[in-house]
Amino acid sequence: MGAIGKPVARVDGPAKVTGTATYAAEFHPENMAYAALVHGTIPRGWIKSIATDAAESVPGVIAVVTHLNAPRLPWKPVDAAPVDPGEGEQLRPLHSDEILFAGQPIALVIAESQETARAAAALVSFTCVPSDGAGLVFDRARARPPSDGTRESYPAEWERGDAEGAFASAPRRIEGSYLQPRLFHNAMEPHATIAAWDDEGKLTLWDKSQWVDNVRDQITRNFGLAEDEVRVISPFVGGAFGSALRCWPHVTMAAMAARIARRPVRLELTRRELYTAVGYRPYTLQDVKLAADEDGRLRSVIQTAYGLTSAYEDYGEEVLDPVGMLYDTMSARTVYRLVELDTNTPTPMRGPGAVTGVFALEMAIDEMADAMDMDPLEFRLKNYAERDLKKDLPFSSKALRSCYETAALRFGWEKRDPRRRAMHDGNMLVGYGMATAVWPAMQAPASVRIRLFANGTAVVRTAASDMGPGTYTSMTQVAADRLDLPVERVTFELGDSSLPMAPVHGGSMTMASVGNAVAAGCKKLRDDIARLDGAEDGEHPVETLMRLRRDSFEVDGAAEPGAEAGTHSSYAFGAVFAEVRVDPDFGTVRVPRLVGAYDGGVIVNPRTARSQAIGGMVQGIGMALMEAGEWDDRLGRVMNANLAEYLVPVHADVEELEAVFVESEDRIFNPLGVKGIAEIALCGVAPAIANAVWHATGLRIRELPLTPDRLLMAEQAARTS
Amino acid sequence: MSGLAYARAASLESATEVIGSHRAAEVIAGGTDLLQRLEEHVLPPPLVVDINGVEGLRAIEVDDHEIRLGALVRLNQVIESAPVRDAFPAIVEALIVTASPQVRNLATVGGNPLQKTRCLYFRDQSTPCNKREPGSGCGALEGRNRINAILGGSEHCIATHPSDFAVAMAALDATVLVVGARGERRLPFTELHRLPGDTPHLEHNLAPDEVIEGYRLTRTPLARHSHYLKVRDRGEFEWAICSAAVALELDHGGRIADARVAVGGVATKPWRLGQVETALQGRQATAEAFAEAAALSVQNAVAHGDNAYKLALLPRTIARALTELRERL
Repeated sequence: MGAIGKPVARVDGPAKVTGTATYAAEFHPENMAYAALVHGTIPRGWIKSIATDAAESVPGVIAVVTHLNAPRLPWKPVDAAPVDPGEGEQLRPLHSDEILFAGQPIALVIAESQETARAAAALVSFTCVPSDGAGLVFDRARARPPSDGTRESYPAEWERGDAEGAFASAPRRIEGSYLQPRLFHNAMEPHATIAAWDDEGKLTLWDKSQWVDNVRDQITRNFGLAEDEVRVISPFVGGAFGSALRCWPHVTMAAMAARIARRPVRLELTRRELYTAVGYRPYTLQDVKLAADEDGRLRSVIQTAYGLTSAYEDYGEEVLDPVGMLYDTMSARTVYRLVELDTNTPTPMRGPGAVTGVFALEMAIDEMADAMDMDPLEFRLKNYAERDLKKDLPFSSKALRSCYETAALRFGWEKRDPRRRAMHDGNMLVGYGMATAVWPAMQAPASVRIRLFANGTAVVRTAASDMGPGTYTSMTQVAADRLDLPVERVTFELGDSSLPMAPVHGGSMTMASVGNAVAAGCKKLRDDIARLDGAEDGEHPVETLMRLRRDSFEVDGAAEPGAEAGTHSSYAFGAVFAEVRVDPDFGTVRVPRLVGAYDGGVIVNPRTARSQAIGGMVQGIGMALMEAGEWDDRLGRVMNANLAEYLVPVHADVEELEAVFVESEDRIFNPLGVKGIAEIALCGVAPAIANAVWHATGLRIRELPLTPDRLLMAEQAARTS
Repeated sequence: MSGLAYARAASLESATEVIGSHRAAEVIAGGTDLLQRLEEHVLPPPLVVDINGVEGLRAIEVDDHEIRLGALVRLNQVIESAPVRDAFPAIVEALIVTASPQVRNLATVGGNPLQKTRCLYFRDQSTPCNKREPGSGCGALEGRNRINAILGGSEHCIATHPSDFAVAMAALDATVLVVGARGERRLPFTELHRLPGDTPHLEHNLAPDEVIEGYRLTRTPLARHSHYLKVRDRGEFEWAICSAAVALELDHGGRIADARVAVGGVATKPWRLGQVETALQGRQATAEAFAEAAALSVQNAVAHGDNAYKLALLPRTIARALTELRERL
């Protein structure tokens, strides 16, 4: 016993650092061909003509596929998976002459080599006729409620108490508008799919995926196949952050290409293609109004969000979920609206919704504290919610107070001069800021198959994924712990749709879902072995197998959420403290220090958990200071669609990072007591930094990222007003 | 087909012969910029001529009077050169803040000043760009132009020149050694690049058959007292949004006897600011004098929307660079 909670090194670490871990693009089925895409350039309209002769005549080109010669797929109706937008229809690639966004794939070249495919793709010429569509300018005047606005997770309107009335009559009020730009996942590994059909018409896909079962289900329906005719394999994922939740059009195109070429085909996306072929965190504009009593009690929180979606799918997310539950406010109201543009559909990105909503809410809370002349932490503690007032339920666990205290102490918050622009280091302005982080803890049904061998080893299998957090390692620990075996004697296999069903690897719920299935399976295994004829009380199941001369014993295990969802509200929490240094002349911001304390329930592996947390902090530095898709609203394009121009933090941007997990376990939520930590690690970082920039400079910049141009222009505006 | 042909040149003479006779052929040295363009189909040349095998271009030659840099000297090689560091600190400082160590191990001093702009419209081949496709229009003028130029632009192009090294070379009066089919010639570094005007696709004054063989830098007291300062959007591995190479020579009374000021990240070519240099001359080297002279840098500047912040940033960058330099004189 005792593997849970140990800082076990990654079991897949040696394979990763020696290059033997095989990612989607790295499989090499025999006789594989390569595909490259041709993209439309107008944001909306029709393909008028498309000329493929020049590309077809290139030696080594096998086929050029367009909407004119692509096979007609059955496209059987699909029940929207939880990772799909509730309304609309995903782009059907090469299906018709209609163009829905700039960068849409309009042709596919299959060739003997990747280079030949790309070179030939450049020779495909086409003409298009533009047409009117949803438009390219994000205008809140065109906002409308989400068409599935009754969906519980993002209602068009929600209210508790009379929020507007309370706002109007409160003695202290602030309001502001906050902008978060379009953000991209930019995982290190590009998306790639290799498709191979066998002689019996069965399809194997090696794909970058956070959910192999979903890819199997989608492809099964797109091609009119039976479930056992499609197998999806994805043993390693080089980062995803949500970009590999859905089954994107390129997966269908890879399968289509392999069918046409009658041989395996690889379709690996280029970095620029990743900005249109998969989704992104939507540009979101928010208005926040807060009102408080003279003594600092919140009376009203009113938050409105305008999120970007495409013209062909209604993508909504839980931007406003934290508004009603994060603070003990007398009333609250949220309004959620979507603005359609002719662009590709957004998709969840680490902490979808909550990261966006918390950014605006936590900046506003800071402004309110300032307006009240209260310390930002004291103000938050004054309005601490002991109960989820939105669901009107008790929390299954909440250690946020402990997060605040722990992080404040480690950070040295008491050294903060309450005055703005009062702390210096040489010429540099120094600022301290903080923010709260929150993410709903979730669990979904999951299943595993466990085989225990008489030689004292065990193999645990499930169709789960590991996009980098350490699923392989932490699940191995759960199994080792519950089977009372050394970690190195347990093997965990995942990433194959032929294995027992697992839910999506997203939303911070893999440990709560799959982890509890592993634990339940282990218990069932031990119980079943203990019930075998001849088993003796108290002996280890391996001893039983040996004594009974059985080579091995296998069980299927499963876990699903219990009744607690109806009786309790479950969230992970965190507190993030940031120090910034701002150059007052140049408007450049550095982050010498971030301290985060998290309530994520039981931490199965503090080593991989810390890695995940500091990874979130780095991503938060990017979100706060440099990341933004630069949308040209004349062309309908993100102009900086590559890693040279879309900046993410480099080592020089990252200094001291400290992540602490406070004492916490949530046995009401699930037997393992885990809540999840992936999303919470990004949540709150950007507003903590923005609040620190305000403290350093006195400039309240409500648009991300906080680049030098924004600081300099804000300084000029402040000077002239 | 749009394939890529590759030729290896054994000498500079043979390289000039090949590029002079093949339209749109380009020389490849470190390839750190050219490979990006090939990958993204941005003006991909049909033929690249590899000069990495050419002898005699890899040396940093030092004597009492001058320093010569061969075209194939790698950026990190210059950073590690004590004589260059001593005689031309602004050059070494500019290179230290260029790209990343990996890129600097590969990139050459000959190629660096000829790298293409980072303008978002030049780099995305599906958009209008007069530099990439003459006559197609300028996407940046009324588009996403926060990184674009406020100096030296035209109604056809406001793309910034991205090199840090070139800014320091322009400030320190370097000479470019050029070899072509008709032999060798010398060119002041400040005359290497062209203004965009109505031909933004013509970026430099080298003839089609000419290549850079190297540079000469004359040792002067002024050059020894030089400094490079770069402002950028992240801590490392990023081009300048504004930079300044400055040099000062003070007389015995602490007055500025001579000054050099060139700026980057804000202009369509490495940009000498003669009016700032003149304004500094004869003044005491005070913060006030620096600020007054630096203010002249934006006299003729034109902002285009997103890049208006550079009007404030440029004078501050120059003044800070001068202040930092004075502190160590």
